[in-house]
Amino acid sequence: MIDVNIRKSGTGRPAPRPHAARRRLLPWLALALAAPALAQPVAPAPAVPEAAAPAPAASAAATPVPASAAAAPDALTGSVTDDSAWQSLGIDIPAFATDADKPTPASVDGSSGLGTAALGRAIAEVITADLRNNGLFKPVGPNALPQVPFAEVAAPDFAGWAGRNAGMLVQGAVVAGTDGSLDVGCGLYDVRLQQQLIRTSLTLPPADWRRAAHKCADTIYSRLSGESPFFDSRIAYIAETGPKDHRMKRLAIMDSDGANHRFITTGQAMALTPRYSPDYRSIAYLSYLDGEPRLYIYDIATNHQRLLVATHHPTFAPRWSPDGKFLLYSMAIAGNTNIYRIPVDGGPSQQLTDTPGINIGGSYAPDGKRIVFESDRSGSQQVYVMNADGSNQRRISFFGGRAATPEWSPRGDLIAFTHIAGNLRIAVMTPDGSAMRYLTDSWQDEAPTWSPNGRIVQFFRTAQGSGHTSIWQVDLTGHNLRRLPTPVDASDPAWGPVRP
Amino acid sequence: MNSNGHIRARRLARGLSPLGAALGLALLSACAGKAPRVLPPNPGPEVGTTTTTPASTTPSGPVPGSEGDFQAVLMGRDTIYFDTDKYNIDADDAAALQSQAQWLLRYPAKHATIEGHCDERGTREYNLALGERRANAAKAYLQSLGVDGARLNVISYGKERPVALGSNEEAWAKNRRAVTVIID
Repeated sequence: MIDVNIRKSGTGRPAPRPHAARRRLLPWLALALAAPALAQPVAPAPAVPEAAAPAPAASAAATPVPASAAAAPDALTGSVTDDSAWQSLGIDIPAFATDADKPTPASVDGSSGLGTAALGRAIAEVITADLRNNGLFKPVGPNALPQVPFAEVAAPDFAGWAGRNAGMLVQGAVVAGTDGSLDVGCGLYDVRLQQQLIRTSLTLPPADWRRAAHKCADTIYSRLSGESPFFDSRIAYIAETGPKDHRMKRLAIMDSDGANHRFITTGQAMALTPRYSPDYRSIAYLSYLDGEPRLYIYDIATNHQRLLVATHHPTFAPRWSPDGKFLLYSMAIAGNTNIYRIPVDGGPSQQLTDTPGINIGGSYAPDGKRIVFESDRSGSQQVYVMNADGSNQRRISFFGGRAATPEWSPRGDLIAFTHIAGNLRIAVMTPDGSAMRYLTDSWQDEAPTWSPNGRIVQFFRTAQGSGHTSIWQVDLTGHNLRRLPTPVDASDPAWGPVRP
Repeated sequence: MNSNGHIRARRLARGLSPLGAALGLALLSACAGKAPRVLPPNPGPEVGTTTTTPASTTPSGPVPGSEGDFQAVLMGRDTIYFDTDKYNIDADDAAALQSQAQWLLRYPAKHATIEGHCDERGTREYNLALGERRANAAKAYLQSLGVDGARLNVISYGKERPVALGSNEEAWAKNRRAVTVIID
């Protein structure tokens, strides 16, 4: 049988499934029969109430499954023991069907006003790309597969699909709702078992169709790997253009797969080190506006920004608390830099470190009780942990070289950081500083940021000589290293949480 | 260890850095041909660059008390250099800062900005703080020589504004610097 636990073996932690309880699991047939009244809007409304799941009519296959491999189909033979074997799991993802090809305001690759049939194909392509880029699966996309008739969506032609070698099948439908919304549903099927493993559906504005694809990919990924989802998330970063000694650095945002790219600032003032707020409504970042490096909070909906701290001392390294109510920042006074905490909605700052030298950065543990940060109080950059009130500061990095830019995993089990010993490399260690290991080996990789599920690390890579920068990601095995598509050079990625 | 032979090159790029990015971009197109040209160890272009500034002021020289005057008098000692990850003032730095202090004491109405910079071989945020620390080390030394601290502004550009574009020890040594700029 397929051991879906293998991806977790590196951490020894049970796979959390917090999102399973939140995911809306609508009766698949209801969607296939185009009953949009059952669906709830996903965006822009905030979180779907937890009480909404699981839907009463959900079948056994749709109820949240335990994270273990217990539910893995016995019919899939062959023991999966390493990554390469795992990757052999084929998934066929034909174009999503539609009951009637109706025009929508959605745009795909620059073409607007696409019908639900075209969207069905585009959604299947995005799901395919998500799963392929993740490196865990071997999906086959809609261009190589037959079109599924709408009537077959809820009742796959298992016999027909069995003729192919894919063990898994993803089928779905796109239906234009009466209120201008889009209903998208998808199901994951085990072809040999002739059984549905999980399904999901959601209603959203047509312009957000890619989110439907990401939610579907998240559902499939979670069901097959036992991990929490992460595809439906966004990334803030710095877009770089121009020669090495006069780089223009602009704040920019994009989806986790690089789509829906948008420049936020014009580049008139150099922007650095953004961090998305946990609710995605604002971005904290450093700007040289007015000629001074200081932190601002940029409101994405209103396009307004405000100074985080009214000071003429330079402020650096913004970091949100997990609940979004506080920001850590670092401020230099007369050459010494220390870490402070400030309520986002206003109020006095609390100084957390007070040592000569440079204390900078900081990253909250997911429970908000501890902070990992960087300090050169020992003579070189090293990683320290303290309680959230600044007490009990102690160094955890003792493996030679310098250790910088620590980021606590959203799972809590690991800390990613930049290790400097000649080259700059991305590494991880446990919160007590043990089990340090490298994830990358290049000339200059720095500034890791975690995927929402704590399984992938993004960072930026600087090319020797030219100084060109690019965003890359690698999973915790150190495999599946991949460069993200960005329209220009890119640095300082900051990955936000899974969208509600 | 600090070669001051590249100061002319630095001045070009450094003169742009305090400006707004929009203005910087405008100047960039004008200077784009010059900045890279000073990098190869070719004395020709450097001399040409050096003579450019005096050429425009040949009749009377720079206005006394101006940034141009500061540069002409300091002859490269407007910049001090640091070892990797260090911010201490060594003997070469002290001599340069003494020259700066003499000029600043001669023109007590003038204010200056000290820019702190780092090489590219460090993490971005730490280098912002380290550049700040280097600029403050220069400021503190000038203050110890009698310059009023209220006249001295500091700003860090971290590793974001290199003047030497290579990825080698020579370039990095030139980029680990604090530059004093007179505010005209």
